[in-house]
Amino acid sequence: MSTTLTGTAGNAHLFPSRDPRIAQRLSRRRKRINYISKGLCIVATLIGLAFLAAILITLLWLGLPGLHLSVFTETTRPPGSNGGLLNAIVGSLIQTAIGTAIGTPIGLLVGTYLAEYARGSALGNAVRFVSDVLLSAPSILIGLFIYQVLVNPFNGFSGIAGCAALAVIVIPIVVRTTEDMLRLIPVALREAAAALGAPKWKTTVFVCYRAAIDGIATGVLLAIARVAGETAPLLFTSLGNLNWSVSLTQPMSSLPVTIYQYAGSAFDDWVQLAWVGALLITFGVLALNILARLILRPRH
Amino acid sequence: MSQTAAAARTDTARTGARHGSLGDSIFAALATGAGVFVLVLLGAIIVSLFIGGLPSFRAFGLGFLATSDWDPVQQIFGAMVPIYGTIVTSILALLMAVPIAFGTAFYLTELAPGWFRRPVGIAIELLAAVPSIIYGMWGFFVIVPIMADPIEPFLIDQFGDLPVIGALFQGPAFGTGIFTASLILAIMVLPFIAATMRDVFLTVPAVYKESAYGVGCTTWEVMRSIVIPYTRVSVVGGIMLGLGRALGETMAVTFVIGNTNRISSSLFGPGNTIASIVALEFPESAAGSLKLSSLLALGFILFVISFIVLAISRLLLRQKPMPGAKA
Repeated sequence: MSTTLTGTAGNAHLFPSRDPRIAQRLSRRRKRINYISKGLCIVATLIGLAFLAAILITLLWLGLPGLHLSVFTETTRPPGSNGGLLNAIVGSLIQTAIGTAIGTPIGLLVGTYLAEYARGSALGNAVRFVSDVLLSAPSILIGLFIYQVLVNPFNGFSGIAGCAALAVIVIPIVVRTTEDMLRLIPVALREAAAALGAPKWKTTVFVCYRAAIDGIATGVLLAIARVAGETAPLLFTSLGNLNWSVSLTQPMSSLPVTIYQYAGSAFDDWVQLAWVGALLITFGVLALNILARLILRPRH
Repeated sequence: MSQTAAAARTDTARTGARHGSLGDSIFAALATGAGVFVLVLLGAIIVSLFIGGLPSFRAFGLGFLATSDWDPVQQIFGAMVPIYGTIVTSILALLMAVPIAFGTAFYLTELAPGWFRRPVGIAIELLAAVPSIIYGMWGFFVIVPIMADPIEPFLIDQFGDLPVIGALFQGPAFGTGIFTASLILAIMVLPFIAATMRDVFLTVPAVYKESAYGVGCTTWEVMRSIVIPYTRVSVVGGIMLGLGRALGETMAVTFVIGNTNRISSSLFGPGNTIASIVALEFPESAAGSLKLSSLLALGFILFVISFIVLAISRLLLRQKPMPGAKA
């Protein structure tokens, strides 16, 4: 009896049963599986959200108590003397700004090439593929690469090497959003511009870029958010600097590298400053991410 | 499409020849040059890592891959332990992350009420935006103590005596180690896999799902019999993308893996990965030394592994069967 029952149930979708008892049992079983799987999915989502909440709460809990004005007005000091993070914050701002300023135009041009000039061409496909691989390539290797070409052959670690490493990370992010956004621009817009006698480059710059500006800005913001928190590539390029220095040819401090050095130290006040730095960088990066999504939302 | 583009080009050539063609050729050259630059960049990364690792490859040959020593005193360096750690932590991370990512993607595409999808989706994406150094710090100060006290001793008690898998659950509970590193990696790659799965689940034509619901399928049956078969290839691509991310993750792993150059049979034993050994040993390596060269050689190996994984991921994600397009 039981074997025939499971046999029938297993092929139920092929041979509908006329026996109401079996049909009911089957229906209950299907509903039960459905409820269980739905429940597990909700649990899975909650687990992901719980991790985000746990990280944010930890940062607030351990970072807020150390968040004083002196963090922004004083530079890093030896343990026990209540320094701040000014040089790290300024170093991060400089390197992120220059890295983005170098990477964005290149990424924009590559995205334009892919969307406007290379649709379907072999070279275009290769560029798109390589750019996508670079997008997910380990950032530590980009640090090693810049070390090999900009640090080792020249006079050692420097802020500009850090900027170059961040620029390499920015490029593929901007490429991806630029290409995606330019592809959304209707052909009719380009035809209208062409019909007015505009050369292709003017059509691209003054019509397509303008129409896609939201998406392009989103990509740039996401790129800034990504590189602002990068640590590994800076370890081998700008190295970090516990003294005040804004010279691009000298080792330069940055918030993530300072957090790395301080969090691993044995001094309570350094660990406390590391938490403050972690709080600043995480909430800064998350705010940029949310801002990027708000910009993109209204028109698409 | 290409006709209109061609028409636009000839049109431009005719009417805008005087003021446009020079600008056009400059702009096209710039754009193409930037595209070629990306290719050169990738080539330069590979070549520079290879050249940097050359002294090490020369000194150790293929034995570099099979040597488990990392001995600066005797100048013997081998890649086996870091490669092992990289692969084991990444695979363990995927084992933990994939079911949760799948559940999240399922919830976000089929179960969540419409207004709720965007905020939850963004929250999961924000998990991907948190810098890896933060995961490392959080892992080190929050997760490691929890692992060291209730979780690992409990698991060792429960499973340590079992015949075969018991070996995985033995040794002292340090809190740091392969298992903790995998857990942190799992949290980090979870949003990438979940977001990719969600996006590919959304490509399933609504009419397929509606047909299945129409014949009385439950939500789970629609997922299992319609959505998963339709998106199978892309789902694997998304998992490979997560694997690519996990392989090269540096800061988070460095904080929690214990940083010991040893292959341990227990999941709770300390270890290292390619990225963590490079980050840790690099500051102590003199320029031009065999040690630095070995680290660059490790970087080259990591690049090759990541490139293969990411390339497979791209190929799988690009290949989108569109049977619905014909209808």
